[in-house]
Amino acid sequence: MTTLLNVKDLRAYYGQVQALHGLSFSLNEGSLTTLLGANGAGKTTTLRAICNMVRSTGGIEFDGKPLNNKSTESIVRFGIAHVPQGRGTFTTMTVEENLQLGAITRKDNAGIISDIERMYAHFPVLKQRHTQQAGTLSGGEQQMLAVARALMLRPRLMLLDEPSFGLAPLVVRDLFGILGKINREDKVSILVVEQNAQLALELADQAYVIETGRIVMSGNAKDIANNEEIRKSYLGY
Amino acid sequence: MELFTNQVLAGIATGAIYACMALAVVMIYQAIDHLNFAQGEMAMFSTFISWQLMQWGVPYWGAFIITLALSFVGGIAIERILFKPLAKAPVLTNVAGFIALFAIINSSAGLIWDFTIKQYPTPFGSAPFLGSQLISTHQAGMIGVTVLLLLGLYFFFQYTRIGLAMRAAASVPESARLVGINTSWMIALGWGMATAIGAIAGMLIAPVVFLEPNMMGGVLIYGFAAAVLGGLTSPFGAVVGGFLVGIFENLAGTYIPGVGNELKLPIALALIISVLVVKPAGLFGRQIVKRV
Repeated sequence: MTTLLNVKDLRAYYGQVQALHGLSFSLNEGSLTTLLGANGAGKTTTLRAICNMVRSTGGIEFDGKPLNNKSTESIVRFGIAHVPQGRGTFTTMTVEENLQLGAITRKDNAGIISDIERMYAHFPVLKQRHTQQAGTLSGGEQQMLAVARALMLRPRLMLLDEPSFGLAPLVVRDLFGILGKINREDKVSILVVEQNAQLALELADQAYVIETGRIVMSGNAKDIANNEEIRKSYLGY
Repeated sequence: MELFTNQVLAGIATGAIYACMALAVVMIYQAIDHLNFAQGEMAMFSTFISWQLMQWGVPYWGAFIITLALSFVGGIAIERILFKPLAKAPVLTNVAGFIALFAIINSSAGLIWDFTIKQYPTPFGSAPFLGSQLISTHQAGMIGVTVLLLLGLYFFFQYTRIGLAMRAAASVPESARLVGINTSWMIALGWGMATAIGAIAGMLIAPVVFLEPNMMGGVLIYGFAAAVLGGLTSPFGAVVGGFLVGIFENLAGTYIPGVGNELKLPIALALIISVLVVKPAGLFGRQIVKRV
């Protein structure tokens, strides 16, 4: 199995405050990996550092190529799609325009059109609402739209920041089911950050636990889920 | 009744110019959240360039097109050199930047072309339009060119990829970068387009107000009034606001005793203040609600 993303000794800063203290992890091609941890542990910062949205030092390699010092918009062109916290919806634009924006770096018009249809098949609710302003969608629908928008890039790696945030449990089940399907069928590697550890561990095959900007635990998702000690001390369930 | 129709049509003609200026102001406001006080001076300078080209023997429409191209490039250059470095600076720093730009352009125009008033040609002539005394061919031309411009912009922003990318960059910059849009260049492009739109406004109004370095002062204030009335967050509102302000200005000048030509400008300022007091978001603007 080849390593797709390799992060080494990552340190990130917000102004003078250091948020990540030498974090290292890797993600295999085709895997669904989750980063777990409490509020403020540095999960979101890790994703933001990968896309160079926060000042950081250390090594970030994607498919063997260094990503450091590349701008956010050029990192997208490596095939990394980031669904940010809060979903990043273009609320004043239509659902279909949001999907087109996901593919804005692509040039193959025919492929884009067929991919939009594919997204409507994955998420039928988006088809019903395709001319509607995206801001009028419910939270769950907006999260579906955010995932669909990311997939429009035809990414090799998708970064998801708290996809379950603010959603009803049933909607979350639905969404995670779709993520698993995308991972298996479309061969998209996924790195998902979650506070809902139980759910994320059911879905993922690899897991890392972060505490105060460091990796404190890593391993097979099933093993971590079955280890009561880790669950109680780090994951709180 | 004929006086009324006449004033409304004349109002629509000048309103077209205000609509262009308001649109230019709104495009830059959308991109960088600041009002460009120098928008009028930039338009004036573009108009002088076209005049100079015509003095050198270039025919009107040739000069028109060359001026648009030069203005587009000039607008991008101003953004890259002056305002990109100020992107993260406080509001007052930006305001100082705009005032500096205003003064620099105004004085340079005076230095190069001096402050005497110059005649500026119209390609449409000034005969009665279609034999009607209501409106002149130049006024009809002003309306026609503006309508063509607005249609072109609508199609650009609605149906082209780059238009979509520009809208995305203006509405949610962070998400725009995350789908791979170079937001910094979208801002520069917005400056280029706004400058070219301003140039059109300048070249269309110059036969009416005559060409001189201070020609756009009043026009820009009406443009601001239009943008505020329509809503600074809405390009569509800015255009509607432009036409409304043009009509309102003319009717007030004609029918309100004592207003006449002299008090027309204070009316624009009074309009700005009333809108800000009564409906700060403007007719079509969105109230920005921030979660705290």
